[in-house]
Amino acid sequence: MLADKDRIFTNLYGFKSPGLEAAKKRGQWDNTKAILELGPEGFVDIMKKSGLRGRGGAGFPTGLKWSFMPKAVKERPHYLVVNADESEPGTCKDRDILRHDPHTLIEGCLVASFAMRAHACYVYLRGEFIREREALQRAVDEAYAAKLIGKNNIHGWDFDLYVHHGAGAYICGEETALLESLEGKKGQPRLKPPFPANVGLYGCPTTVNNVESIAVAPTIIRRGADWFAGIGRPNNTGTKVFCISGHVNKPCNVEEEMGIPLRELIDRHCGGVRGGWDNLLAVIPGGASVPLLPKSICDDVLMDFDTLKAVQTGLGTAAVIVMDKSTDVIKAIQRLAYFYKHESCGQCTPCREGTGWMWRVMTRMVKGDARVSEIDLLQEVSKEIEGHTICALGDAAAWPIQGLIRHFRPEIEKRIAEFSRMAAE
Amino acid sequence: MSLRRLAPPDMQPASFAFNAENAEWAKVTIAKYPQGRQASAVISLLWRGQEQEGWVSHPMVESIATMLSMPFIRVLEVVTFYTMFNLQPVGTLIQVCTTTPCWLRGSDAVVAACKKHIHPHEKTLSDDGKFSWMEVECLGACVNAPMLQIGSDFYEDIDGPITEQMIADLRAGKALKPGPQNSRTSSEPEGGATTTLTDGALYDGSIIGKYKVAAPQPANTDADAKAPIMAASNRESPKQKPPGAAT
Repeated sequence: MLADKDRIFTNLYGFKSPGLEAAKKRGQWDNTKAILELGPEGFVDIMKKSGLRGRGGAGFPTGLKWSFMPKAVKERPHYLVVNADESEPGTCKDRDILRHDPHTLIEGCLVASFAMRAHACYVYLRGEFIREREALQRAVDEAYAAKLIGKNNIHGWDFDLYVHHGAGAYICGEETALLESLEGKKGQPRLKPPFPANVGLYGCPTTVNNVESIAVAPTIIRRGADWFAGIGRPNNTGTKVFCISGHVNKPCNVEEEMGIPLRELIDRHCGGVRGGWDNLLAVIPGGASVPLLPKSICDDVLMDFDTLKAVQTGLGTAAVIVMDKSTDVIKAIQRLAYFYKHESCGQCTPCREGTGWMWRVMTRMVKGDARVSEIDLLQEVSKEIEGHTICALGDAAAWPIQGLIRHFRPEIEKRIAEFSRMAAE
Repeated sequence: MSLRRLAPPDMQPASFAFNAENAEWAKVTIAKYPQGRQASAVISLLWRGQEQEGWVSHPMVESIATMLSMPFIRVLEVVTFYTMFNLQPVGTLIQVCTTTPCWLRGSDAVVAACKKHIHPHEKTLSDDGKFSWMEVECLGACVNAPMLQIGSDFYEDIDGPITEQMIADLRAGKALKPGPQNSRTSSEPEGGATTTLTDGALYDGSIIGKYKVAAPQPANTDADAKAPIMAASNRESPKQKPPGAAT
């Protein structure tokens, strides 16, 4: 279990003030000028050695991502964009960072911007986070007033931070859709390549990072790559904010080390599954986009990128959605299918048409009003959507359904048989 | 995707203008973006307009398009793409999250309360014309499920009876308490954080200056493996002896 002294977000629950004075007491903005003397290359090296993998879902190594930026600023300025469009169902970690520990993020923005030689940073919040936006703006104003950021600040790196917001579109969490939205367009993902590190915001080199990835950076640099790499397991290092929701006794957000066993996470911090561990039916381990796991796998699975990948799911955003035996698991996945239908941006045909089709079939399967052969058809169509779209929303829509068929096919067949029997009577 | 269109012409107001305060705010907001990139401010401006008027009207779209030197159709595209823009009057809008994490914790009861006390159909004004409700997708407060949003505030950890009480209080003009409606303050486990963040040393300032930044050892690169090292240039043969030395 992670010791309190190794936690990065020490005000996760907002028990203390999010203000600058209290944040400094918690060790933020501590000797930031000395940190900057390491230079951009030094930062990238530390981030690479720390083994930090992006916290937004895909788990791409953050240090490597930073190193893709051009080494020198030419005629086009560089930008850092922070993705705070947290909309993955089950996920609410960035919200707590934004409203309770905003100075970790602001300091992280300064550090990361320096590492990629950017003088401007945009933080893109989802539109629904209005109070969070106000909280972040208050913290930004404080940092400007204290000359921590802005022109001619005490750190010697001119840096402006702007808070921007969306207006309710899940797809804007995809990095290129976010850039489109930031430019004032519909949030429809761009084809890659060119990647944002070459052609990003306003056609300039841009890096898009998740809030948590940026917010942990100053602490990693201050305490050293070895400290961070020493937590967790090889290739899955560091601490992570887990969001545990659904059928547990005490749902909560908690910062824990990577690779903690799922059962320990739930039992220690959430008071266990409602009705005891044996009452567990299934767990979605990483937000709505990843396939669910039945109890048999949950018993001893570890919560990190590689272990979960080995059992055909993913860590995603580490949003653990717990379902007990009272759950209609087909309905739970059908609701997610509706979510993806609602949030598809409409650009690629497989996703635009496929998400609606899958939702309609799933809706019939909730009742059992389907043929058994349609389960295979559904599986096949989901495979046709997966990987045939510009962005990963098509994949995200297909995976939960594939997971359901993989682990709960007998349940679907049972319901179809039940419905046929009732219809015959 | 869903089909979204502006309200029919007979519902549209004759004109739209930002009030003085918002007009001033709009100037500051547009200045946040580089020269010639003022289109970036479109969502912020539309949102401010919606806060002022309650919904997004045709004249508002036209007026903001002019302010940002954008074609009308580009702004219309944005308005119909993003679901938080209300395209007709909604009164006090109660947005109930019904995505799986909230559904698991009982959002059906919250929806039932809204159906009973506001209107049987979503996105429809109640009989007194003051309220409406709608189902929305995940609002990002899943550990406090079920929850709903009214205006700028989240109301979390609710259930059917609490929702009914909230609607009654709204009708009576009483102020609601935002945030969790049970004993929690935010996302901590119910009953307080007992397993984490109990170490007082995190907050007393003793952490300041504790960690000295060490210059990093540079990360190894592919080229490093091939680079000649000192040992490779050492001669392995014994040193030559001076002439005449004893053998």
